[in-house]
Amino acid sequence: MSKHRMKNISYDDDDDYDSAEDEGYDSEEQEALEQCTAEVLSQLRSGEPSVAASRDEVQEALWHYYNDVNKAVGYLRGKKVKEIKKKESAAPAPAAKGGQKGKGTTASVTGFPVPPSSAPAAHFSAAEFFRDSPWLNIPAHRKADILVEPLFPRLGLLGGASEAGGGGKVSKLAALAAARKKKEGDKDKGSPAATGANGSVEAPSPDPATAQARASPLSLRERLAGNGKPRQADGVAKALGKGPRPSPPLQKQPSPTEARKPKDRIDAEMKQPKEEVVEKPIEPPEANIRASPSTFATIIVGDATRPKMTEPSRLYSNSADLLKLYGEDLAEPFDFAGPSPDDVVFNAQNSAKGFKSKQPAQKPADKKAADLAGGMNNLSVEDKVSVKSKNLDVLSEFKKSKRKNAANFVVIGHVDAGKSTLMGRLLADLKAINQRTLSKYKQEAERIGKGSFALAWVLDQGSEERARGVTIDIATNKFETEKTVFTIVDAPGHRDFVPNMIAGASQADFAVLVIDSGVGNFEAGLKGQTKEHALLVRSMGVQKIIVAVNKMDAVQWSKDRFEEIEQQVSSFLTTAGFQAKNISFIPLSGIKGDNVTIRSEDPNVSWYTGRTLVEELETSEPYSHALDKPLRMTIGDVFRGSVQNPLSISGRIDAGSLQVGDQILTMPSGETATIRSLEVDEEPSDWAVAGHNVVLNLANIDPIHLRSGDVICRPSSPIQNISSFTAKVLAFEHLMPSMIDIHRGRLHVPGRISKLVATLDKGSGAPIKKKPKIIPPGTVARIVVEMDQAVPLESPTRIVLRAGGDTVAAGLLE
Amino acid sequence: MRLIKNKIEYNSSGTVTLCPEEPEDMVQWHAYNLIRPNDLLRASAIRRVTTTQETGSTTSSRVHLTLEIRVKSLDFDPQSSQLHVAGQIVNETPHTKIGQHHTLDLELNRNFTLEKEVGSEGEGVGWDSIAVQMLKDAVDESGKRRAEAVAVVMQEGIAHVCFIGQFQTVMKQKIEMSIPRKRMGGSDHDKGMNKFYQTTLDTLLRQLDFNTSSMSLTSNEPVRPILLASPGFVAAGFQKFIQSAAATTTPALKRLLPSIVVVHSASGYLHSLAEVLQSPAVKTILADTKYARETKLMDDFLEQLRKETNKATYGPREVESAVDQGAVGRGGGVLIVSNRLFRSQDVAERKRWVSLVDRVRDIEGGEVRILSSDHESGKRLDGLGGVAALLTFPILDEDLEDDEDDS
Repeated sequence: MSKHRMKNISYDDDDDYDSAEDEGYDSEEQEALEQCTAEVLSQLRSGEPSVAASRDEVQEALWHYYNDVNKAVGYLRGKKVKEIKKKESAAPAPAAKGGQKGKGTTASVTGFPVPPSSAPAAHFSAAEFFRDSPWLNIPAHRKADILVEPLFPRLGLLGGASEAGGGGKVSKLAALAAARKKKEGDKDKGSPAATGANGSVEAPSPDPATAQARASPLSLRERLAGNGKPRQADGVAKALGKGPRPSPPLQKQPSPTEARKPKDRIDAEMKQPKEEVVEKPIEPPEANIRASPSTFATIIVGDATRPKMTEPSRLYSNSADLLKLYGEDLAEPFDFAGPSPDDVVFNAQNSAKGFKSKQPAQKPADKKAADLAGGMNNLSVEDKVSVKSKNLDVLSEFKKSKRKNAANFVVIGHVDAGKSTLMGRLLADLKAINQRTLSKYKQEAERIGKGSFALAWVLDQGSEERARGVTIDIATNKFETEKTVFTIVDAPGHRDFVPNMIAGASQADFAVLVIDSGVGNFEAGLKGQTKEHALLVRSMGVQKIIVAVNKMDAVQWSKDRFEEIEQQVSSFLTTAGFQAKNISFIPLSGIKGDNVTIRSEDPNVSWYTGRTLVEELETSEPYSHALDKPLRMTIGDVFRGSVQNPLSISGRIDAGSLQVGDQILTMPSGETATIRSLEVDEEPSDWAVAGHNVVLNLANIDPIHLRSGDVICRPSSPIQNISSFTAKVLAFEHLMPSMIDIHRGRLHVPGRISKLVATLDKGSGAPIKKKPKIIPPGTVARIVVEMDQAVPLESPTRIVLRAGGDTVAAGLLE
Repeated sequence: MRLIKNKIEYNSSGTVTLCPEEPEDMVQWHAYNLIRPNDLLRASAIRRVTTTQETGSTTSSRVHLTLEIRVKSLDFDPQSSQLHVAGQIVNETPHTKIGQHHTLDLELNRNFTLEKEVGSEGEGVGWDSIAVQMLKDAVDESGKRRAEAVAVVMQEGIAHVCFIGQFQTVMKQKIEMSIPRKRMGGSDHDKGMNKFYQTTLDTLLRQLDFNTSSMSLTSNEPVRPILLASPGFVAAGFQKFIQSAAATTTPALKRLLPSIVVVHSASGYLHSLAEVLQSPAVKTILADTKYARETKLMDDFLEQLRKETNKATYGPREVESAVDQGAVGRGGGVLIVSNRLFRSQDVAERKRWVSLVDRVRDIEGGEVRILSSDHESGKRLDGLGGVAALLTFPILDEDLEDDEDDS
């Protein structure tokens, strides 16, 4: 979206922006939107004064007003009326700016179906110019044109010299007004700048085509930021073509952190009264913008004086292309004066939100009047917390943000294969944990006579786990390489904790299978959880598996042993459904650290020339997630985060996105909650998308409604609770109608196979035998499973069925 | 339960008078199986009678009566071990009218008389073979040698307290708690576990009616075996928790300690109880009980099914067809029926199963086992349609599925 905007900033692109937004809708919303659009258009046409608006504008307005037709109509009408007025008044302006202006103006005007005002190239007349600005009663949109003036001396660094004469066109009156409004100007300058940044920040992309296309707007923006003089003229042109819909990219912001700052500003703006939007044409200008410049604004303006590190080269390399620059310049007349349409909408939304958030405050007063039952409902020990949403477009935020690739991997294998130790080693060698902690662990481990477990203690934090030297529950930890942020999910190997392992595997993009190469241990593992885990991760959709042949130091790095294991395991993994190219083997030693991050120096290992574990991990490609699907997240844990956040949940977002202030619905309890704040990979954030490991701090819900294994979703697209489902499963053991445990991630519920529908052909999925009495292992079958309680499940979901401590089947819900 | 009077006629109608003697779930359970809708039940009752004086004032008093009701419905509440039998009064007393409704609660040591009639149009089936068998079970003296145990099946955050009896397993209480998972540097998990253990222990003691006062240390009231089952270390942790509680806060728990057995189970859900009851530690306790036999039978059956010998079949139709072919006969044929089928409200349905049982037992010469659906094995059988059979010779699946609807 921002790409579009940078390339060619005009109305058409704004429309692009909208349609890009529309892609986020699902068909149902689309339909509703269509209806509302038609409604608004007809109202606009029929109302007084009758105005016309493009579909896209209408849809955008609807989007901002949450499909509230009346509000959208009001907003659009106000906007259009203003525009028409402005067009009438400002039409002569382009003449002052030079011949090319005409072109630019028409280009921008064509974005509107409104009949373009007839005289884009007409003579400039002062009377005409100030027609809509009565003496001492300058309307906001006019006044705003001048606000940028004070910035001139400060921002004169980059200088787009071409329009130096533009200032001459400033009328004295305008200059006077400018002096008077200097302060507000400062502030206002900040806001459009921020808006622009909000909309358009994108780090330089390697794609040469877009870079080239973007180059000129960028330099233009620099010039705009740096040169105060053309601003007046710009403003005029803007008033002519744009109306209150600029939000143009003003300046380049190099980092996503800065990109996020506009939100702070928006927060500040929430205090602005809604009237600003609605009553602008009649209100005296003084009433409009009273807030002092936000810290953010000052920061932005300050920043603008410095050329960005990434910018100059592009700017200078393209500076020769003046004609193009001019053309672009004229095509996008901005003044950054009045609140940008984004601001307008934000303000409107915020004030609307203000209404809502005021309600809880009013409740005590209402309570007296309300009947007792109502009062009882309102009785709650805790006050309702209202969290203001920043109404971010999370997906575009996500696209803008330049995070490293993120990958989750689960570490699996038989008990005592050395999974936790290997991961402890990995974290220690990559300095993801500090040396002090490590030596503390070492000391403590030695004290209880388990010195060799010190590394595992990095992940095995539970007292029971440490005392017994066995991982019980999954532990997550993260580390970074140059390219990727990895999240380790260390799964328990013991057969009793396979449910926990399933929870871990459901969060994983790929798997690391740790195998004990010791004589006897490997063979035991292959019969035990090495096999079960591999089958489980495969049936949960994991494609890529790295086999870490651990404890090679104990077998003197025997090449024969390694090859024997490689041969056996790869034949097994292939039958389990892994493709040969997705399997890789590494001989290593977790406790010593050979071939984990650094290549082994042991002469015995000279035969191995392949990658180390870290190198192998880095070959993993980034995984894509269903960002635009409705929100789904399985709760991994419910806990008390801190005093500020008495109720937190953690998990990995399966699909969709969320942001601070969102209402979420937990299933199966069906209770709503508000996201008070959230953390992505232990860093505070305002939003998160599918694939992120998040901690959500919730408000307005009782912890009794939250259990690990529950699913959170949006109230608008809830997941259904079902008590029976049909599934296509691969049987690992004999299946017959019997009691089973159903696992999906953390979700673990008892149920029973109530019906064996048919055995299916593995390739085609066609039924072979209907109503079999029993399903032998290795067969694909369709079965019906019933549960005692309703649980949130929806197709397509991968489920695992277990009975008596064994995995009996895994498959896909239909 | 003691049989006071048995007056079953040749045409299998008749009355039986029984006296519940032991304060046990079992009594209720037998009665629940014996009494069926449309039977006549005569028992003592306390009824609140309201009389209206001529002046219009009302007095209400509680009267002890002997009422005879025609049973309409039975409600067995396993949690409180109470059997409520509702029906319409058929005998006239000074305080009640015929046709008034009354709900009888069977009481300990008070005789009740059950009459089953054989109606001409088949509205009653009388004392058929199954009912007689059940009556025998109910008054079986050897049944008194009750092998009772308490099982706590648990996993992190979930515990089920169950009472295992001769004829049934009753889930007394379920404890569910959200326990925070382990986190970096947090002790929430341990705290959560301790709280969970404490809650479970409290619940268990309440269900056991265990006297925790220090005076009780000297009493030699027997303690039933307590089985703690869980995957992983939860049960062991719970045992340790009880030990530490016995050592510190509640010394009375010391009496409990010797009877605690820790066993392994795959999960904390109720159906893991099957696994619990198969563990060697439990088998010694429950050896040669009806329950253990039932479990073994089901295991044999599933084993046959697994081996695909075709010498085992399940499902109403399949079993009936196997019986028709004479495969459930002498020399190893076993018909396994869940007693749920006999509890059916539908008389025809009950007749169908009774005749099948009679046929196998009396004509074919096979063995018939009626499994309690209140036990784990019975529940497994219910999953298979309530009826299964071990066959004397393999029967191939003829594809009768195609023309068959879900019966």
